[in-house]
This record gives sequence, structure tokens and C-alpha cells, in this order.
Amino acid sequence: MPTLPVPTFTQVVFVLIAAFTVISGLGVVVARNLFHSALLLAATFFGVAGLYVMLEAEFLAVTQILIYVGAVATLITFAIMLTRGAMHGETNPLNRQWGKAALFAFLFLVGLLGYLGGIPWPAPFQAIQADEGLIARLGEQLVTRYMVSLEVMGLLLMVALVGAILLARDDKP
Amino acid sequence: MVPLNWYLTVAALLFALGLYGALARRNAIAVLMGIELMLNAANLNLVAFWRYGEQVMALTGQVFAILIIALAAAEAAVGLALIIAVYRDRRTVDVEELDLLQG
Repeated sequence: MPTLPVPTFTQVVFVLIAAFTVISGLGVVVARNLFHSALLLAATFFGVAGLYVMLEAEFLAVTQILIYVGAVATLITFAIMLTRGAMHGETNPLNRQWGKAALFAFLFLVGLLGYLGGIPWPAPFQAIQADEGLIARLGEQLVTRYMVSLEVMGLLLMVALVGAILLARDDKP
Repeated sequence: MVPLNWYLTVAALLFALGLYGALARRNAIAVLMGIELMLNAANLNLVAFWRYGEQVMALTGQVFAILIIALAAAEAAVGLALIIAVYRDRRTVDVEELDLLQG
């Protein structure tokens, strides 16, 4: 009888974080109460931040928590509270084509996983030395090589925020 | 050490869940949550490919991920503002009731 390979500590931690993330994500799309969906969405964002830590992208993990959990999830909660009673009863019903949607998403997943399984991914996982200062390098890259992208992103954020205020403003007297 | 495949599988699962959420929900806010899940899955892929790629020090994947996070924040702000504007005008956030353009 072949014995299963013994999982390393990192793999066990990965599986725990991944299971937490996927189960929370499942909760987001199956919860019948919209408020529960929002809370589970924040949990999913936390899980993804954990996966970033596993990938040694600590800056991104902190950014993820600050922006997604701190801003996006809060914004969604505000929107839920501002539109309360809009659904006349159940807050988070399924639409008529949910069966087709589930089938489509499932087939998409099966296709994607089948495609992933067919490719021999190289795994050259190079170790990062702690003294290389990855975050300092990231900041340097953002203002040198990716300066134009950063500026365009800043412009986009400003336009989006002004537009959001304009859209949501109550301009009736 | 965790193989790259595992990260891609988690991202694929998250993406499929987000796709289902965006397609099957009637509340516009829930549709937006599905889109956020899909964006997170894409980001996870970018970071995983960066970490397992040849040029870790070039940090391209991380920069992409940061730009997408900023984009997702802008998208969430505009999307929710639109939902609130629609709610104020029509007293509903049910995407099936918003059929003004239906012939």
C-alpha cells in the first residue's frame, strides 16, 4: 500500500488558510442575508491577505487588509445600510437563471482546473534573502520604472472618487 | 514548500465562486461582491506567478497587483455610488426590476 507523502508545516498552514478563504468565499455567494455576505467577504479578503503572506508579499498583505477589509468592505456595508428595504423582503435572493449560472461557473472551474493540471509548471521557487529590502525596492520601482502607471492610477482614483461623489449626491432641493 | 498549482487552484475556485455570485444574484450589491471576489482571484494569480517566476527581484507581479487593488477600490466606489443613485431614483436595487431598456 503506497503511503501518502507527509505534508510539511508550510503546506498544512497553506491548506488551512486556503480552506478558510474558499469556505468564506462560498459563504459570500450562498448566504441568504446580504449582511452576512458582506461580513464573509471581509473574511475572504483576510484569507487572501494570509495567502499573500505565504507568498512573501508582506506589503501586499497589509495593503489588502487596509484597502479591502478597511475600505471596500466598509463601503459595501454602508451601501447595504443605505439601501435597506430595497429588496421587499428577502435581502439577497437568487435570480431566475441561478441554475444556469451555477452550471456555467462549475464548467468554467472544471475547464480551468483541467487546463492547470495539464501544464507542467516549473517550480524554481527562489528564496528571498531577508536583507535584500524587497519593500524598499518595490517603492523604488513604483517611482522609476512604473512611474507612468502610478500617475495614471492616481488620476483614475481622483476621477473615480469625484465621479462617485457626484453620482451619489442628492441634488434635489 | 507549496507548489504553484495549489495557489492557482485556490484562485480558480475563488474566481468560479465570484462568477456564480455575479451571475446568480438579484441584489446589485451582491453582484458587486462577486466582482470583487473575481478581482481578488486575479490578484492572487499575479502574486503567485511573480513569486514562482524567474525574476523575483523585478517585482512586476506585485506592482500589477497594487495597481489592480487601486482599480478595484475605484470600481467599488463608483459601483456603489451608482447603486445608491439608482436606489434613490427607483427605490430598488434588484437588477431584475431595472429593465427600462427592455423592448
